Amino acid sequence: MTTDETLAPDALVRVHELMVKARVLEERLITMWRQGDGYFWIGGPGEEAFNVPLGLMVDKGQGVAHDYLHLHYRSSATMLAMGAEPVDAMRQMKNTASDPYSGGRNFVGHYSIRKWNVAPVSSPIEVQFSMAPGTAIAQRRHGGRGITIVQGGDAGTAEADFYACLTWSTRKGAELPVLMIVTNNRWGISTAYESQHPSAATIADRARGFGMPAEVVDGNDVEASWRAIARAMDYVRTERRPYLLEANVSRLRGHSSATGASFVKVEDDCLARFEAKLEERAVLTRAHMDAMRARLTAEYLEQAKRVIAEPQPDGATVFDHVFAAGGGR
Amino acid sequence: MATMAQAVRLALHVGEERLGVTDIFGEDVGAPLGGVFTCTQGLRTAWNSPLDERGIVGAAIGLALAGQRPVCEIQFSDYAYNTIDLLKLAGGMCWSSNGDWSCPMVLMTPVGAGIRGSLYHSHSFEATATHIPGWKIVMPSCPRDAYGLLLTALREPNPVMFLLPKALMRYRGEEGEDVPGAPEQKALDELINKPVTGDQTEWHARWPDTPDAPIPFGVARTVRPGRDVTVVTWGRHVHVARKVAHELAGEGVEAEVIDLRSLCPYDWDAISESVKRTHRVVFLNEELEVTNFGEHLLRRTVDELFYGLWAPPKLLAGAMVPGVGLADTLERASVPQEDDLARVLRDLAKHQP
Repeated sequence: MTTDETLAPDALVRVHELMVKARVLEERLITMWRQGDGYFWIGGPGEEAFNVPLGLMVDKGQGVAHDYLHLHYRSSATMLAMGAEPVDAMRQMKNTASDPYSGGRNFVGHYSIRKWNVAPVSSPIEVQFSMAPGTAIAQRRHGGRGITIVQGGDAGTAEADFYACLTWSTRKGAELPVLMIVTNNRWGISTAYESQHPSAATIADRARGFGMPAEVVDGNDVEASWRAIARAMDYVRTERRPYLLEANVSRLRGHSSATGASFVKVEDDCLARFEAKLEERAVLTRAHMDAMRARLTAEYLEQAKRVIAEPQPDGATVFDHVFAAGGGR
Repeated sequence: MATMAQAVRLALHVGEERLGVTDIFGEDVGAPLGGVFTCTQGLRTAWNSPLDERGIVGAAIGLALAGQRPVCEIQFSDYAYNTIDLLKLAGGMCWSSNGDWSCPMVLMTPVGAGIRGSLYHSHSFEATATHIPGWKIVMPSCPRDAYGLLLTALREPNPVMFLLPKALMRYRGEEGEDVPGAPEQKALDELINKPVTGDQTEWHARWPDTPDAPIPFGVARTVRPGRDVTVVTWGRHVHVARKVAHELAGEGVEAEVIDLRSLCPYDWDAISESVKRTHRVVFLNEELEVTNFGEHLLRRTVDELFYGLWAPPKLLAGAMVPGVGLADTLERASVPQEDDLARVLRDLAKHQP
């Protein structure tokens, strides 16, 4: 793939397929919640145009030579782009014993994959920004091109952890290879961005006070996102210094199932926008894209039916893994 | 003879050289100071962090996730309260990922009163610490245990909280409580204590060759044997209990003093064996008395040993007030004193079957 103004057609097709997969997966998860096959839904419909390119550009692997990911609960598209199986998200939704991320212990969207350096996603907002400098210190020491990627929303930037990451990654002579990403959907549950943040400055502007380069990108535009992520990643990988990337995205299904998870028509739909572009450039036809969506919808329905029949964890396993490798009271 | 602070330093040095310790960090932990109690002075991997407790704990978690072997310090446990959600994350790392991740980090922090530390240099932390699942909680009372328990902590695959009674930092221990292989006091001071005056820029610690002699968690130490009443304690109050027990022996009351040493895991067998023999027990510590770890032990005593008891089991702990007041009278009224313990022991000893 390239970092030119427009992506090559094969890259566009690949990104498109992953975006549709991510969107159809979230729709399936919401339906599972509505039908009682899961207690709670939270996810990232509306962030696919940014998160799919991000996932595709991750250097995936285990250990300091590869990228560490400190994500949040809207990162399904990133995970699918990295190669996660949609059916596993359904398993976490249904809290089955087969859920590979938490064994039925955690909410959907709370990914954790050690072999890919994906740190456990946790519900407390912004804590990942306090942890990210730790993996980055190890990577600074190791050298190479592995970086730490940490991502959260705009509302969470009010937490002290956001500033911990700015402070710890910019210490003179000890700068860290951290890519800080803020996906700005302009909401914190029901609280509007405008009521909490300055009107005359972006979140990216806060990086200036720390001497950190930063950029704001239209996260609903695949190609703009691709280029911005590529630029930012290249800087962090090469310079071994931090970079703050703010992506303006949409929240197409509200905060979570707690707010209904219905489609929000006034928000910009990155997938609809991308499909219009693909049609206009004659990369894909409407019929092809509709057929793909219908096929994936049917496929995920069948997978969900199988997941629903899978057993929940045995209650007696609740004491497993309180401690690693033995020990305990 | 090593002080507690020197014992910590010696263990960390062994950790750096033989156990893969990569980072020892926290506020003022690196050169030139080496920690406000000098617990990290002269260590090769020690460095100063920003004044940010959340960042310190967060960085330690990240380092642990990245396969490093971090030791972080919160300068006083009084300042760990704004990190509790991160401590929960560290403790829950293995469980929440269903065994995929673990979080091998050590968090050292000074605890307790006894130095006239006022409101924010006197807090105890073990009630909060033992309420966070997934952590091993250790609290040494002498240089030998500080050294040996820390060497075990540095091998742990789990997060370990190392609570250091700040009033004991300069304590050198009684017979059998010294760091194995430590040179005599003056020689050790010259080897590993940074000179207070003169040019210190070229100063380096000269480390004595102390053995890798870990002490396992979950094994209590009977500090003093006794037939009449059991005192279960840890940290600074081990010494309070030992002194009072010696005094009461003159009155014919023989108290057994058990130093639990680690609170998670804890040595229930040692408590149970002793209480079955003495039939009387007091749980002694300086934490706030409400939701105190001693209360958990007391509950278990009632559950499992009730019919063998000759007296109501007691908890002697800190007053449930917001802080330890600075005035001597206030501190004495806030945390258990020798007189308080003597009174409780005399009373317990009076009870007969």
